[in-house]
Amino acid sequence: MSTTEVSPTALKPPQSSVNVVTLLRQNLFNGWINSLITVVLGWLVITVLYQVVNWVFTDATWAPIVTNLRLFWVGRYPETVLWRVQACLALVLLLFGLSGGLWGGVVRAVASGLAALMVLLALLPFGGGMRLYLAGTALLLGAGFVGGLRFPRLLRWPTIMLWLLSPLIVILLIRGFVTWSVIPFVDTGLWGGLLLTIFLAVVGIVASFPLGVLLALGRRSKLPVVKGFCVAYIELIRGVPLITVLFMAMLMLPLFLPPHVRVDNLVRVLVAITLFSAAYLAENVRGGLQSVPNGQVEAARALGLNVFQSTVLIVLPQALRAVIPAIVGQFISLFKDTSLVSLVGLTELFGIARGVIEQPEWITVTGGVQREVLIFVGLIYWIFCFSMAQISRRIETRLGVGTR
Amino acid sequence: MTAKPANDDIIICRDVHKWYGDFHVLNGINATVRRGEVVVVFGPSGSGKSTFIRTINRLEEHQRGQIIVDGIEMSNDLRNIEAIRRETGMVFQQFNLFPHLTVLQNITLAPMWVRKRTRKEAEQTAHQLLERVGIREQALKYPGQLSGGQQQRVAIARALAMQPRIMLFDEPTSALDPEMIKEVLEVMKDLARSDITLVVVTHEMAFAREVADRMLFFDKGEIVEQGTPEQIFNNPQHDRTKLFLSQIL
Repeated sequence: MSTTEVSPTALKPPQSSVNVVTLLRQNLFNGWINSLITVVLGWLVITVLYQVVNWVFTDATWAPIVTNLRLFWVGRYPETVLWRVQACLALVLLLFGLSGGLWGGVVRAVASGLAALMVLLALLPFGGGMRLYLAGTALLLGAGFVGGLRFPRLLRWPTIMLWLLSPLIVILLIRGFVTWSVIPFVDTGLWGGLLLTIFLAVVGIVASFPLGVLLALGRRSKLPVVKGFCVAYIELIRGVPLITVLFMAMLMLPLFLPPHVRVDNLVRVLVAITLFSAAYLAENVRGGLQSVPNGQVEAARALGLNVFQSTVLIVLPQALRAVIPAIVGQFISLFKDTSLVSLVGLTELFGIARGVIEQPEWITVTGGVQREVLIFVGLIYWIFCFSMAQISRRIETRLGVGTR
Repeated sequence: MTAKPANDDIIICRDVHKWYGDFHVLNGINATVRRGEVVVVFGPSGSGKSTFIRTINRLEEHQRGQIIVDGIEMSNDLRNIEAIRRETGMVFQQFNLFPHLTVLQNITLAPMWVRKRTRKEAEQTAHQLLERVGIREQALKYPGQLSGGQQQRVAIARALAMQPRIMLFDEPTSALDPEMIKEVLEVMKDLARSDITLVVVTHEMAFAREVADRMLFFDKGEIVEQGTPEQIFNNPQHDRTKLFLSQIL
């Protein structure tokens, strides 16, 4: 490439100077009708905002949230063994810290976000021990980050192994063993709150992703049996609401199983969410598969790659990249849909909220406390969903390199 | 295998037929290509010339007749097909580079996964090939960041990385801007001087005149005429050849 000199007579692009006053005049006060609309809407917005702020700081009763914080975080998980949940959180944060230091990019952004969140939480007026713990996790995350940055060679494989083992560690630690008194068994019926919400969402996402990809590939298969099964499965699941699938899992399943076989309620719900999500995911992935031009497969075949190699190395990476926004959108709705399990008797975040609203202590509060409680859990859902959307946006920009 | 091919015939087609629905796109093709030969296939669009070279590595399935590539007969046996594809490189009109991989990764992918080369070996070969096609400095870019001519040269390097005995070119310059055609043809001329067998579908008659050993004229699914560039350009025998040449020259 050669650089061309700009001749002095060349026309420069028009300068657009941004001035707040002109901007306001051009956009909000051009003509008397627009000025009127601006004034009226402005008055409305200010009034509503004033009312809301006023309510939040004077009228609202936040006591049900403050006194029930532990319920919101972990449900009825016994207080004496709460350290196990805390240890799990610490482990996950340490892993994020390590990964952020080792790999940078999106993971680093996530790690920084988590560190900031922990510091922020540590500044809130919880009980002394809690604040100490939160600050400790932030420090642990930071230590992992620095370690990953300093000793990438040494820590890469241990980190990967620990990530792979972490689901098992977390599940076993939180569940415990009937026969081992160091970490006694905690029935899944006691798991609740945000802990259960995150557990449901993470397992649902991790398990439904490979299943959805397989279903999408199966739907494009040339083998009639495979294709027929996948189409039937996808269309069957997409035709019913999640709540019916959940009720099926909870109420109908025991009827079909022999009486001595008992499947844990949580497992049933997890399977239901996974199977449901996979069907939708399959359709999203199929959209991505269709967006990959046929020439890509031809080029892969012409190079001698077999069907498996060309699918995994050439088609899927391009297909999945094309549908990241749709997939993340679906994971966000999966996260929110976990609130439905409260209708089949599990007390995840929303189930806890319903319980707290009905606690007898707040009967005397005029108008009840559902507004406060629902705003609180709504805010928690929003923080998670918004973070997922942000992560997706970052992944997209990062992967967009090749298609520029 | 029924017939043992003569050792210096690397591609043998006997009475090859193919239909798209009712449309008879290949109507009894008989052709042989000798080892190291440069064969240019030309003809009007829709004459079946692209379909023909795509049957040679089974991107299109022929429905009747026999195709033998480097002693391996094309059948429904996947092992035969994959063996043939390992020996034949292909360059497409639309380049078909993998957009999610860098230039270097595009070139090293098949040697590493199909030929089981180590990354180091594959990258070394890739750099040599990029040097050969004149874009050494673009190795770490993505295909989308290159011009059409550069992309097509990467595609050629990618095919060459498998060290094929045969290179198939399916209208390699048809999607290029005029100023980029030359750079791609230069690379192909360089290849024509090597001992790789080249089968090229193209409308670039100057290129054909310069490097082709033999030319096949396709029309309506048949090979109407074949001969050296000398014979084809100076003394075409068939009216259809004369008509086509008069239209494009």
